[in-house]
Amino acid sequence: METKEMIAAYATRLGDTSLILSHRLAKLYASGPTLEESVALTNISLDHLGQATTFYQYAAKLNANGLNEDDIAYRRNEREYDNFQLVEQPNTDFAFVMLRQYLVDAFNYHYYSALCDSNDETLAAIAAKAIKEVKYHYRHSREWLLRLGKGTEEAYNKLDNALVHLWSYTKEMFTPDAIDEALASLGIAVDLKSVQEQWERDVFEFFSELKLQIPEKIFQAKGCKEGNHTELLGHILCEMQYLPRAYPDAKW
Amino acid sequence: MSNQAETGELWEVFLQSKSGLAFKHAGSVHGSDAEIALQNARDVYTRRNEAVGLWIVPSDQIIAASPSDSESFFDLANDKIYRHPTFYNVPDGVKHM
Repeated sequence: METKEMIAAYATRLGDTSLILSHRLAKLYASGPTLEESVALTNISLDHLGQATTFYQYAAKLNANGLNEDDIAYRRNEREYDNFQLVEQPNTDFAFVMLRQYLVDAFNYHYYSALCDSNDETLAAIAAKAIKEVKYHYRHSREWLLRLGKGTEEAYNKLDNALVHLWSYTKEMFTPDAIDEALASLGIAVDLKSVQEQWERDVFEFFSELKLQIPEKIFQAKGCKEGNHTELLGHILCEMQYLPRAYPDAKW
Repeated sequence: MSNQAETGELWEVFLQSKSGLAFKHAGSVHGSDAEIALQNARDVYTRRNEAVGLWIVPSDQIIAASPSDSESFFDLANDKIYRHPTFYNVPDGVKHM
């Protein structure tokens, strides 16, 4: 694979995680626990959608296949999506939503901080814009986890339950594939090893403050970068892609 | 409607549209504590570039004049036109009066 093609795949993959998380959060519009939190979650959803858009636009520019950013979002199937399986996990309850967000925000915070120094100018510029948003997301989800973890027994139990489920989807975020390795050696992609160290330091310290037990010897999902997914992604795409698939080339 | 235990206390929100200008009351938000209320205010009132500064104040800390005092508080100023600085010309260079 040429470097250009690898960068396109890399940008698409970053866009995929942003888009699917954005879609999950958008479903909470008008159904958050309070009106204010609904607005907050929608803002965060739109931030992720904006990030996905810029990554897809860049990928479309590099791709030789002529797909534009909408085609990338709406005309690919599950196996062609390379998002983290963590972000397709459901909005089971508010603890799920916030823990999923926290785990991704902590990742994005360190990942985009590093991507700001990429040798690829466009990726560095996208990261520089995204990091401002991510800092706020991280603060928002962390503050909520603090309140759930140190709140009532019910809140703690819901958070603990969410952790048992979601922890299975954390490891694959740090598993590099050939594209990660090739682009990292050129100073374009982020070194996942150092992101993992920073992420674990933050998360382990915070969870011990909240007296949350990290599940050990638990199933760990893998293969998101080869298009492996839980069945949930198919349902998400079904809903998200319905209109452009039913009315191709519709304009509004 | 949710009750206060679910939505938290009420907070008044003040925005500063530009550095150096006075903060202006924008509305109110609910929040279970100061940090959550501050984030809620940020999300509800500053998402369209409205502010460079943000204050929140617990609503029960605002001391308001009672509507029944309005005659004795405010009406007296009506006929004292000399209290208004309408006899001065504002120089063109002054933008915020």
